[in-house]
Amino acid sequence: MINLNAGAPKVPLAEQWATYKAGCKLVNPNNKRKLDIIVVGTGLAGASAAATLGQLGYNVKAFCYQDTPRRAHSIAAQGGINAAKNYQNDGDNVYRLFYDTIKGGDYRARESNVYRLASISPEIIDLCVAQGVPFAREYGGLLANRSFGGTQVSRTFYARGQTGQQLLIGAYSALSRQIAEGTVKLYNRRDILDVVLVDGRARGVIARNLVTGEIERHSAHAVVIASGGYGNVFYLSTNAMGSNITPAWSAYKKGALFANPCFTQIHPTCIPVHGEFQSKLTLMSESLRNDGRIWVPLDKADAEKLRQKKIRPEDIPESKRDYYLERRYPAFGNLVPRDVASRAAKERCDAGYGVGTTGLAVFLDFSDAIKRLGKEAIAARYGNLFQMYEQIVADNPYNTPMMIYPAVHYTMGGLWVDYELMTTVPGLYAIGECNFSDHGANRLGASALMQGLADGYFVLPYTISGYLSGEIHTPSIPTNLPEFEEAVRNVNDRLNRLKNTNGSESVDHFHRKLGKIMWEYCGMSRNEAGLNKAIGLIDELKKEFAANVNVPGGLKEYNPELEKAWRVQDFIELGDLMVRDALQRKESCGGHFREESQTPDHEAMRNDDEFAFVAAWQSRGSGSAPEMHREELNFETVSPSQRSYK
Amino acid sequence: MIFTLKIWRQKNAADKGGLVTYKVEDISADSSFFEMLDMLNQQLIAQGVDPVAFDHDCREGICGTCSLYINGRPHGPLKGVTTCQLHMRSFNNGDTIFIEPWRCGAFPVIKDLIVDRSAFDKIIQAGGYVSVNSGGIPDANTIPVPKPDSDAAFDAAACIGCGACVASCPNASAMLFVSSKISHLALLPQGRVEAQHRVQQMVSTMDSLGFGNCSNTYACEAECPKEISVVNIARMNREFLAALLFAEKEKQISFSL
Repeated sequence: MINLNAGAPKVPLAEQWATYKAGCKLVNPNNKRKLDIIVVGTGLAGASAAATLGQLGYNVKAFCYQDTPRRAHSIAAQGGINAAKNYQNDGDNVYRLFYDTIKGGDYRARESNVYRLASISPEIIDLCVAQGVPFAREYGGLLANRSFGGTQVSRTFYARGQTGQQLLIGAYSALSRQIAEGTVKLYNRRDILDVVLVDGRARGVIARNLVTGEIERHSAHAVVIASGGYGNVFYLSTNAMGSNITPAWSAYKKGALFANPCFTQIHPTCIPVHGEFQSKLTLMSESLRNDGRIWVPLDKADAEKLRQKKIRPEDIPESKRDYYLERRYPAFGNLVPRDVASRAAKERCDAGYGVGTTGLAVFLDFSDAIKRLGKEAIAARYGNLFQMYEQIVADNPYNTPMMIYPAVHYTMGGLWVDYELMTTVPGLYAIGECNFSDHGANRLGASALMQGLADGYFVLPYTISGYLSGEIHTPSIPTNLPEFEEAVRNVNDRLNRLKNTNGSESVDHFHRKLGKIMWEYCGMSRNEAGLNKAIGLIDELKKEFAANVNVPGGLKEYNPELEKAWRVQDFIELGDLMVRDALQRKESCGGHFREESQTPDHEAMRNDDEFAFVAAWQSRGSGSAPEMHREELNFETVSPSQRSYK
Repeated sequence: MIFTLKIWRQKNAADKGGLVTYKVEDISADSSFFEMLDMLNQQLIAQGVDPVAFDHDCREGICGTCSLYINGRPHGPLKGVTTCQLHMRSFNNGDTIFIEPWRCGAFPVIKDLIVDRSAFDKIIQAGGYVSVNSGGIPDANTIPVPKPDSDAAFDAAACIGCGACVASCPNASAMLFVSSKISHLALLPQGRVEAQHRVQQMVSTMDSLGFGNCSNTYACEAECPKEISVVNIARMNREFLAALLFAEKEKQISFSL
């Protein structure tokens, strides 16, 4: 059993980060330029880290699979970014943001990391504004805020429905400035296929140039993974088509532990699935729930007529509507956290009250808000979202209610990291969505952007200097070491195997099949029998893939099918780990509803006595089952309570 | 729905390339343009033909990865929409659809429908930022910004860097792209400090990369999926002129010192 110790300073929570920074070892400017750092991914976490490390004078190599860093999927975040600024004077502070995040995560996150995140949050806003991020403002010229996704204070900063885009462009600008100054070198259109360890330390990566197909070796004194989440394991998700687990998965296979893989977030407000050919799901910002009311028909007969398009939602009188969130959770109503809202939608649809052609949709209705505030006010808040909805669904939400259904959106699990954001492999760091650290079993709205930028701008640049201060005598790492030779051989072998299988099914066929297994058995609600079944199904799928995948095109050319094949093979392995993790967690917590663990009125029942721990999995090679290690969660500042939104 | 597709196929940058005709059937009106191409590719893979390479990622109209001339128009027939947000219901059953990559010297073809737009990154690297480091920043509310300025800056900052403006322009000018960044930062007090230096650097980099000049056809605004206004180009020109005068003055001052 590996002893998992986060290593936060042993002082009261509020003093930990200051204490850490005061004692943190620094690297002399002359030495910084002799130290190389690889950053994998250029989303909010990766771009902000690469830019900041470049400013500090390190030699940074930044990698992304996109054609330019500005396209990383952080760009698609709509709603906003939280910060404990208390500009609205409504009682917010660092402690409250910390508490909300821990509680929202259903007490499955580490206090020390979350407190640090909350305490850094105000600085992020200062920096972004200085970079020129055009956050929404009031007429007086000061920054505007809104309440978001189940919080009782207005602490969310936003830039219309494009907050992620504007923050990413800020980070991308900062990165571009460092590229121009020569402290960061950019490698675009690269997939990172392996992490190279030398004497147990992370010393480099193997990249595939997606344009030429060349296999490249890159070495460094430290490697930072910022490759985002793994929602695409479900095939249909709100993630970008290219979002993948591969860099984090190669870290796992090289010994880094993978924590809480089954913790995935199902977002309640997505546009419903409409057909077999569908390639991805589109999120509608959670902010819509601030003014929209969610309902389904009270009568099953009405639901049936709606599904057959015999009546319109407007035909159903107020008395025949079931505003089920307001009914079940009078205190929070439509603003209950994401997991609660998602599960409640599934419950109504499973019970036969769902609408839309598939019966897998509920209404999100703005008619009351339009009556109250006027169409103009609603257009100012959600105009671009309404337009996007109309474009996809060909229905106008000003006149008829939107239809929504939950979809996979974010993954809280990820590489296990300590207080310094270092994985269990020395010199290998994980930041942003690809680590597990801050959101527990459920992430609060507008917290992902906060975490990505906190990790990249303000945490990693400090914590990595402690490690690198011990590396100043290490000359730059040669890429002809036997470890690099072996990694390149392994990568080439696997590419050749994929190419030469010459089976009869395309990569998408397997991906779609995997997605169905994951959604059915490891999605919003799970049980032991289903999970056991999923392990068998995934094992079959793995073998079928190895024997029967068809990858057209060559190795040394631009070949999107080959890229996908590698990624999907990793997703299949990850799927197996997720199911195993879900199986051992015999409690309902956060976004993870275990059917065997519920209260008499069907609410999620957490089990703190047995499951107040982080499950961190260690790879035992492809032939054997992975081994689970535990990091016990000790709540010294907050006392875990059962969440209640009634 | 049934469609005849005439798609540009080009093996790599050195290949000459040409249009190839394909037929797709059983396409739902609700499927997106890329889902239609996905189905074509599944068909091609099954036939042992190399699938069509096209750029796409978020498929929700924000990352700017997607491109394509569709029947001669960047991002297809609809206004204010990227290709990934285009649905087959916007076409008629039986239509023949021409699909080609962006055509511009500064955006060389990589394969089939994919072009290299890294010239845009180079322009941003020339000055499309505010020179601040991650630390020691004053409180965000220290400088109030009038809401109209902030809103106008946002309108310009909405650019997704897809390159449709260049693709639509008879001169392959990048002025809408460059001016959106110039405007975004020049309208905000935080970006104002470096505005003059920025506009000169970005414009000269733009010129050096082989983009053409603006001759006021406004095709860029008409085709921009984010509907960025050509007002930004006017603002950039004004900034550029002012910067030239400023540069002259600065030279004189340093001379007299």
